[in-house]
Amino acid sequence: MSSPAQLETKAQVAEIGDKYKYGFVTDIEMDMAPKGLSEETVRFISAKKNEPEWMLEWRLAAFRRWLSMKEPKWARVHYPQIDFQDAYYYAAPKNNPLKQSLNEVDPKLLETYNKLGIPLNEQMALAGVAVDAVFDSVSVATTFKEKLNEAGVIFCPFSEAIRDHPDLVKKYLGTVVPVTDNYYATLNSAVFSDGTFVFVPKGVRCPMELSTYFRINASETGQFERTLIIADADSFVSYLEGCTAPKRDENQLHAAVVELVALDHAEIKYSTVQNWYPGDENGKGGIYNFVTKRGDCRGDHSKISWTQVETGSAITWKYPSCILRGDHSVGEFYSIAIANNYQQADTGTKMIHLGANTKSRIISKGISAGKAQNTYRGLVSIYGKAKNARNYTQCDSLLIGGNCGAHTVPYIESRNPTARIEHEATTSKIAEDQLFYCLQRGIPQDEAVSLIVNGFCKEVLQQLPMEFAVEAQKLVGISLEGSVG
Amino acid sequence: MLDIKNLHVTVGGKEILKGLTLSIQPGQVHAIMGPNGSGKSTLSFVLAGRSGYDVTEGSIIYNGEDLKAMATEDRAAKGVFLAMQYPVEIPGVTTMTFLKTALNSQRRKRGESDLDAIGVLKLVRAKAKELNVSEEMLKRALNVGFSGGEKKRLEILQMSIFEPKLAILDETDSGLDIDALRLVAEGVNALRSPERAMLVITHYQRLLDYIVPDRIHVLAKGRIVAEGGKELALELEAKGYEHIVGQAA
Repeated sequence: MSSPAQLETKAQVAEIGDKYKYGFVTDIEMDMAPKGLSEETVRFISAKKNEPEWMLEWRLAAFRRWLSMKEPKWARVHYPQIDFQDAYYYAAPKNNPLKQSLNEVDPKLLETYNKLGIPLNEQMALAGVAVDAVFDSVSVATTFKEKLNEAGVIFCPFSEAIRDHPDLVKKYLGTVVPVTDNYYATLNSAVFSDGTFVFVPKGVRCPMELSTYFRINASETGQFERTLIIADADSFVSYLEGCTAPKRDENQLHAAVVELVALDHAEIKYSTVQNWYPGDENGKGGIYNFVTKRGDCRGDHSKISWTQVETGSAITWKYPSCILRGDHSVGEFYSIAIANNYQQADTGTKMIHLGANTKSRIISKGISAGKAQNTYRGLVSIYGKAKNARNYTQCDSLLIGGNCGAHTVPYIESRNPTARIEHEATTSKIAEDQLFYCLQRGIPQDEAVSLIVNGFCKEVLQQLPMEFAVEAQKLVGISLEGSVG
Repeated sequence: MLDIKNLHVTVGGKEILKGLTLSIQPGQVHAIMGPNGSGKSTLSFVLAGRSGYDVTEGSIIYNGEDLKAMATEDRAAKGVFLAMQYPVEIPGVTTMTFLKTALNSQRRKRGESDLDAIGVLKLVRAKAKELNVSEEMLKRALNVGFSGGEKKRLEILQMSIFEPKLAILDETDSGLDIDALRLVAEGVNALRSPERAMLVITHYQRLLDYIVPDRIHVLAKGRIVAEGGKELALELEAKGYEHIVGQAA
C-alpha cells in the first residue's frame, strides 16, 4: 500500500515526532544569540546561517529602518509595552539533549493532543502531506523532498533557499511585503531566522499538500519566520501551516511574514491552523501573534485563497491580504477567529483591487467567549482602473456569555463607479434555548457548544483541506471548553 | 414510573407550580390541560431539567430515582424526552449530524458503544420513512427553514429514534393544521407501548381526539384542580376552563 514517498514521510515524521515529543519533556540545549536586539544580533544570525553578503545587507537595511519606526497602536488590542531588548532573537536546538525537566511540559497541551487523538505529525504522515518543521529559529526537517523534486517543486527551509536558489529569493523576497511595510514586518526582515520557501514551476500542479509545522519551544524567545511561496504561470499549490507553543508565564513574540506570488493563471491556497498558547484562564502568558501575510495576484486570472482557523495566541494582529493586480484575478479570505478567556484578536483582511474584473470574497466568523475581545477589521479598496470589480463580504459574530465583545470594522473605498461591493454582518449569541435543546437530547454542554460553533463556522471549515478539517473541528470545540458556566 | 409529589417551582423568583401532585404508570398516556399561564410548560421544563426552573419544595421520583438530582443530559440518556413546543434552529448543523450526535451521546452515557455513521443512517432512514420525513429534510440544517409541521414531525422522529421511557409532548398540536396534526398524532400513537409513559400537554381538546389519553388532569394556577377520564376533555370543551377552575376554587 505505502508508496516510497509515504514511507519516507512516515520515517521523517516519526523522527520529528520524537524530537517534538522530547521537545515537550526535554530541555534541549540551545544555541542562542546573546539577549537583546542590535546590529550585532542581526550579524550573528546571518553568520550562523552562513548567509551571503547581500542577505546580510538586506537585513541590516531593515534593522536601521526599524530603529526609526513606531509600534502600530490602531488595533483594538491592549498589552504592556514590549521590551525588545529583553528577548532572544535566535535559538536553535543542539543535538545533545540535557537533563530532563518534566515541568517544561504543558500538561494542557499534551492533553490537547491526546484529545485530538493523534499527534499532528503522525496525522500528516498518514495523509501523505509533505511537512517542513520549524523548531524555534530553524527548520529541522522537510519531508517528501524527492517526490517534489521529480515534479520540479522546490520546498525547502528558507535558509537553504538563500543558499541554493539565490536568484529566486532575490527576485521575489520583499516584493509583496516590502522591508518598509510595517513595524513588525520590518523587524522580521532584520532578524528572521528560518521559514519555508516554495517554488512551483510553470504548468505544475503540486502533487501533494505542503505543510509547515511551526513550534516555539525556547523560553523568552521570539519567533520570526519567513515564508515565500511563488506559483509560476498555470501552476497550483495548496499549503497549510500549523502552529503550537508550550505554556509559559511570559508573553512571547511571534512576528512572521508570509509572501505569496501567483503569476498568470496560477492558484495558491494557503491554510492556517493557529493554536499558539493563548495564555491561562487569568490572561497570564501566551503568544503575541503579530503577523503580516500578503498575497500578490500578479498575473491575469490568478487566484489566492486564505483560510485561517485562529484559536490560539494571547493577542492576534493579523490581516492576510490579497493584491489583485492581474486582470480577472480572484482573492478569497475565509476566517474563523476564536477568542476565549482574556484573548484579544484583531484580525481580518485587505482586498486591494487594482486590475479589471477582479473579484474578492470575504467570509469571517468571529467567536468570543469569556472576557475576550474579537475584532474583524477589513479593507476593500477598488482602484480607478479596476472596472467591474466585485466584492462580497460576510462578517458573522457569535457571542458566548455576557462578558465578551465582538467588533466589526469594515473599511470600504471605491474609486470606480462600476464596482459592486456587498457587505453583510450579523451578531448572534448561543441562545440558552439552543443549549437546552441539545442537553435535552442528551448532548453534554461542551459538546453542544462545539456542535453549535462548528455549525456557525461551517462555510469556512469546508474550505480547509480534507486532512485538516477534522482536526480543526475538534480544535474549535476544545478551545471553547468550559466557556459556558 | 413517574411520581410527582407536592411540587413547588419558581421561575425568576415567581412561584409557578404550587403543590402539584401527579403519578403516571408505564404504558399510560396522561394529558395535562389548562388555560394559558397555568404552569403547563413549566412542568415540562422542570421534568426535562431546564436551568432557571427551581424546585423549592416537593419531590419527583422517576423509576425510583430522584429526578431533580440528575443532570439534564443524564435524564435524556435515562429515557426522559421532551417534544418541544418551539423546537430550536441550529444553523450549519445538519439534522442528520444532530441526530447522530444526540443518539451516540445518549448511548455513551448508558455505557453502550457508538453507532457508526452507516448504522445511524439506516436507523434514521427507516424511522423517517414511517413519519414521512424526507431524505432532503435530514440534510438541511436542524429546523432551519422548516415549516411548523416539519418541526413537529422531526420532534416525533427523534422520539421514535431515542425510544424514551417517559415522553412529554408540550403543545405538540400548536401551529399545526388538521392534516399535519393527524400525521403527528399517528406517529405518537405508533409509539404507545406498555413500557412507555406519555404526558401530553395541550391547551385544546382537539389533539385528544387523535391521541386518546387514559387520564386527564386539569392544571390551573400551578395545581391540579380536576382529574378524570377522556370524557373530561369534552366537558372542558363544552363548558370552558372557567367553569371547572371556578368550581375547584
